[in-house]
Amino acid sequence: MIWVNVVVQGVLIGGFYALFACGLSLMFGVMRVINLAHGDIAVVAAYVAVFVTPHAHIPEVWAFLVVAPLFGLVGYVIQRTLIQKSIDRDPFTTLLVTFGLSVIIENLLLEIYSSNGQNVNIGELIVKSWHPQTIIYISYVSLVVLAASVLVLALLQLFLSKSGTGRLIRAVADDHEAAQLSGTNYRHIFGIAAAIAFATVALAGIAYGMMTEFAPTSGGVNLLFAFETVVIGGIGSLWGTLVGGIALGIAQQLGAHINPEYQVLFGNFLFLIVLAVRPQGLFGKKTALA
Amino acid sequence: MTLSSTDADGLLRVRRSTQAPIYTIVGSMVLVVLLTVAPWVVPAEWSTVLMNFFILVTMATMWNLLAGYAGMVSIGQQAFVGLGAYATLYFAIKGVNPFFTIPLAALACAVIAYPVTFLLFRLRGGYFAVATWVVASTASLLIGINAYLGGGTGHILPNLPSLAPTSMQHLDYLATWGVALIVVTATYFLLRSRLGLVLASIRDNEVSARSAGTKVTSARRLVFLIAAAGCGAAGAVLAISQSYIQTGNEFNLQWSAEMLFVSMIGGLGTIEGPILGCIIFFALQQSLSQQGAWYLIIFGTVAVVIAIWQPQGLWGAFRDRFHVELLPVGHWVGERRSKGKSKTEE
Repeated sequence: MIWVNVVVQGVLIGGFYALFACGLSLMFGVMRVINLAHGDIAVVAAYVAVFVTPHAHIPEVWAFLVVAPLFGLVGYVIQRTLIQKSIDRDPFTTLLVTFGLSVIIENLLLEIYSSNGQNVNIGELIVKSWHPQTIIYISYVSLVVLAASVLVLALLQLFLSKSGTGRLIRAVADDHEAAQLSGTNYRHIFGIAAAIAFATVALAGIAYGMMTEFAPTSGGVNLLFAFETVVIGGIGSLWGTLVGGIALGIAQQLGAHINPEYQVLFGNFLFLIVLAVRPQGLFGKKTALA
Repeated sequence: MTLSSTDADGLLRVRRSTQAPIYTIVGSMVLVVLLTVAPWVVPAEWSTVLMNFFILVTMATMWNLLAGYAGMVSIGQQAFVGLGAYATLYFAIKGVNPFFTIPLAALACAVIAYPVTFLLFRLRGGYFAVATWVVASTASLLIGINAYLGGGTGHILPNLPSLAPTSMQHLDYLATWGVALIVVTATYFLLRSRLGLVLASIRDNEVSARSAGTKVTSARRLVFLIAAAGCGAAGAVLAISQSYIQTGNEFNLQWSAEMLFVSMIGGLGTIEGPILGCIIFFALQQSLSQQGAWYLIIFGTVAVVIAIWQPQGLWGAFRDRFHVELLPVGHWVGERRSKGKSKTEE
């Protein structure tokens, strides 16, 4: 029964990893950009929810309603300016620029808010949990986050497959020059994809703040997990991302169960094994690797 | 491009350098002598700064070889800094004088890097970059659970020779300076060698380099091993100069951030660039030392601006404007008795 709990906890945290990773996957799938500041953007969103939106008399629990659209806007602007400029140079520059952004954001947060841990205050919800068995423990927050992740992934899937803009995003992802020849402003579509990515990662950041303590340096390790999620699940597959997140979560919980020091290590091992055995990931296409 | 000797004897003249090489030789010899006697002349706190400077020059030169010449952006080079430091610790615990462990640490890192390349080279570009980071995280965690090497809390470096503090510092200084000098000189000659030519051909056009029979992957692998060895040596002297070794410090992502920033600001793909970047970095760090992390914020901003608007970096811009190269690795082809008209990319 103890192993059931390991799997349950893995699935719960895996949902969060998928929410965190889907923006990373989208930005890579559409504009071939690895946003190395992805994790730090999530942390900024959590700080905004704790320190900025309360000034507008918005409770921290509901901050995501304002912060996610706000970050979508920010994502659009950053994509159309900084990131587009680096894409125009070469893919190499996007790495340097986003890594630069990551270091800048982390140190700015350190200077402004110090390295103290913070929490998104959700009141009583944090301590409530459900025990279907004595050994199994399901915290309501994790359950809500898992449900939110599945909802976001489902909506995103629906949006990409059914809506006009979604079709344009897929067209641009396949071949942005051909899409431009048929009259699409691919830069605008890139901007929309970045807006979605930033909005989802803002949600993930706030969810992270609800579940655990965060600090300016939390972005790095979360980017690592998000990246592992994307590679394990398969590059460019949304449902693959969910499976990847859950696989990573279970591997980590398994490690943590053996020895708390092995938590991250087991996740890394799973990543390295997938890389060695099936580099395109569980659900990926081989072509996505190039 | 190839030029037969008759071409060179006739109309064209092929040179390494735009200015007479004697200036570079004399200048670098004077600099080497000055930097070698520096710890006996300058105040002690200056030589501490110089030591950190040399460590960063070593790392940045290796990072630049990886990214600027072989096109591999790594944000996991701290793996080899840390492994180098811990190799030194391991051999020191076994009873070896830490100063003698520096080449061992470099070798150990190259040996560890070899199997790692077979995993990492399955990914390209950004995914390669983050995968190097996963490797660094794994290495750090594996060392962190090893009680023999101090676990997560760290370990003091044993078996350091018992010398007076000033002589000890001089010795530390000479070790860091020696490693930096060897790494920069070796990189210079490496890039002038056949491997340098191969790297230039890959950088200019990988597909045509492959079709002309260049072994692209083995060239990349060799560069990755060299960079691992160089960062390992930097880690070893870092361990000696700090004399206390801890995973959180040795495997810090900040090492990669600093390597990347100084190379970008100075100029990727030039030997002089990262060194210039390090000078600017330490000037900024020293003048803003009272303001906490602001030097990193300012430095990061400058790096981003340069990456977008001046991708050749400061040294690249300077070189293109004044046609000066201190450590030339390419060839200049020009008419006889005229200043180099065109520079071939070989």
